[in-house]
Amino acid sequence: MSDKVTNILLVGVGGQGILLASEILAEAFMLAGFDVKKSEIHGMSQRGGSVVSHVRFGATVCSPVVPEGEGDILFGFELLETYRYLPLLRSGAKVVANDFRIYPPAVLLGQQAYPDGLAEKIRNLMPDLLLVDGLKFAIEAGNPRAANTVLLGAVSGKLDIEESVWLNAIEKMVPRKALDVNLKAFRIGRSL
Amino acid sequence: MKKEILSGNEAIARGAFEAGVKVASAYPGTPSTEILENIIRYPDINSSWAPNEKVALEVAIGASFGGGRAIACMKHVGVNVAADPLFTLSYTGVGGGLLLVVADDPEMHSSQNEQDSRNYARFAKVPMLEPADSSECKEFTRLAFDLSEQFDTPVMLRSCTRISHGKSIVELAEPVSGLSEPKLVKNPAKLVMLPGNARVRHPLVEERVVKLGEHGDSWEINRVEYRSNEIGIIAAGVTYQYVREALPEASTLKLGMVYPLPKERIRDFAGKVKTVYVVEELDPFIEDQVKAMGISVIGKEIIPMCGELSPWRIRKAFADAGIINIPEYQAIQTEPIPSRPPNMCPGCPHRGLFYMLNRLNAYVTGDIGCYTLGFMPPLNAMDTCVCMGASISNASGIVRVLSPEERHRVVAVIGDSTFLHTGINSLMEMAWNQSPATVVILDNRITAMTGRQENPASGFTLSGEPAPEVNIPDLCRALGIRNLKVIDPYDLEATFNTLKEEMDRDEPSVIVTNRPCCLIKGDDRFQAGEVLYVDQDACTGCRACLRIGCPAIEWQPAPDGKKGKAYIDPLLCTGCTVCQQLCKFDAIRGGK
Repeated sequence: MSDKVTNILLVGVGGQGILLASEILAEAFMLAGFDVKKSEIHGMSQRGGSVVSHVRFGATVCSPVVPEGEGDILFGFELLETYRYLPLLRSGAKVVANDFRIYPPAVLLGQQAYPDGLAEKIRNLMPDLLLVDGLKFAIEAGNPRAANTVLLGAVSGKLDIEESVWLNAIEKMVPRKALDVNLKAFRIGRSL
Repeated sequence: MKKEILSGNEAIARGAFEAGVKVASAYPGTPSTEILENIIRYPDINSSWAPNEKVALEVAIGASFGGGRAIACMKHVGVNVAADPLFTLSYTGVGGGLLLVVADDPEMHSSQNEQDSRNYARFAKVPMLEPADSSECKEFTRLAFDLSEQFDTPVMLRSCTRISHGKSIVELAEPVSGLSEPKLVKNPAKLVMLPGNARVRHPLVEERVVKLGEHGDSWEINRVEYRSNEIGIIAAGVTYQYVREALPEASTLKLGMVYPLPKERIRDFAGKVKTVYVVEELDPFIEDQVKAMGISVIGKEIIPMCGELSPWRIRKAFADAGIINIPEYQAIQTEPIPSRPPNMCPGCPHRGLFYMLNRLNAYVTGDIGCYTLGFMPPLNAMDTCVCMGASISNASGIVRVLSPEERHRVVAVIGDSTFLHTGINSLMEMAWNQSPATVVILDNRITAMTGRQENPASGFTLSGEPAPEVNIPDLCRALGIRNLKVIDPYDLEATFNTLKEEMDRDEPSVIVTNRPCCLIKGDDRFQAGEVLYVDQDACTGCRACLRIGCPAIEWQPAPDGKKGKAYIDPLLCTGCTVCQQLCKFDAIRGGK
């Protein structure tokens, strides 16, 4: 199975820090000796729109985009977006989702309701769901803005890569002044 | 050598550095913008934004004529603007190597059309390279300059969204050395394209295309990989990656140079496999040429013409045609959920203006920028959007066919950067020919949509150095506009009254808004004000504040069937006060 490419999708709302998280993932896979490719869309989607980033690693990776129905891990920064992208996954994929809601325009305007029971709906389709209160643990680590790193830690627990590699990747990608909080947030997430 | 994960755009910038490029010029446009933003990391390269793509290419041409290597970068539609110099540059050839990078946007993630730039290479008779990952982006950029100088031709390098904004591993190398120093060399017979000189140059261009094709026959940039002899596939760029993944057993001819085609290599490949397919995104560019060679290939008969390809779409196309078998695939079914379209930011200075255009029942000719989102509900205040600068000239044209009553409803909206890009010409026409439309220049002092790049009116250069700034009102007056007003778009009453007055006028008029983009950082001038809140006792639930579609304002339904109320998210509110001015019950407080 060493030829197998692992497919990760990071989804959420523009402005949530999805691109940095996907860069840290990609960096870790390169440091661990894998080929890696990633792809995402900039531009329109940054204005509060739905965002999806693809990260793939393995012995050799061809396409930068995860083929439909072949996602192995979904890393969701927001519940509605996590649910939206489930069709990109294979059955039995792993989901790590932030227990966090950002209302889309139609909900803010009172025209549509934000769906109830999304975590259950996700679990019904993808039983391997780890729901994380990223904000709570980030505050515990010392900064509410480190929620993404908590989630990254939780995702790392689903991958067979040594902790030291992850820590090296974070050290390389995160600004020095925010490093301690992020390393702490990562360890909390990894222990979940 | 050092390995790094780079985006295609970062890798093209690195390739320019390694190739010894002296001058880089561009106009921002997704997905090409980050090429120039990364080139400024290399201080040896003189890099700068141009007001539009035509100017960017002409700056690069000048540098090339002076003997320096030069690069110009743009998105696909930018080449339409730069086409004029491109076609004649093909005749003059180059001094220092010249590369035009074009980033296409199949699927139109952030564009108004999905034109296929490869047609420009054939149309202008210049070679085009197409990299398939970041490593090739860097390598092909380097190679392009050698090719350009060897064949005395401009070279195009075609990227696309998945290459430019994809990332993969790249090995860095040292820059080349020993390039000749730039200096003036007179050669008017080659560089002055008067008819007499151009007639001499044209046959050389035709000869060059033939020689380049022959060069491609032996160039390792075009590579054959034999596997099965049943299926042979010709592909290039990111599509090659999709093919490798979708049909791993197929033999492939991977083209690194997509124009001109290596005809002998194609003939040879076609002779060694049972059936040849061309898999390419968008137009049947390679396919048509291979068919014209008399070779039987299958292409758009089975491959979609519109949108992006993917490994899955290719596999499905081959399965639907009965060529391969794939297992039944049943995608996971989810329930319908609210969509999440992009929106103007909280505090965006465009919001109140579009609200008032809607209230005035204006017919709005739009343009390219963040404000194109004025189309979205609940603002619903844009009626046309064609290309950069078209808002003003479209308005100028439409009023000529309308009755006097309808004429007054026509308003063009255009941003500062777009106005300076090509809107100036349109306004010159409107003033000159006295078209009685109203133009609103939404001057937010930055090129916002592509990620806040400087422009000629923002007061800074690409590298952040202070620069002379265009005075937009003075410029409009110089173009012959006699009715000009500057308004604060956060002042709704003044915005409404000024719009109404100028729309009623039977002469051309321009309104300039003066609030900067709320995302400009690091300068207190751009802080809008104190955070606002809704007094829950005073709020009657009338929903007036929701009609501006601000992401900071949330409708909170009441659980007991009573009327709900509005709520302002203090983390998102910028204190622009637009919602406060709409509240008839004084329920939105703070900020005064």
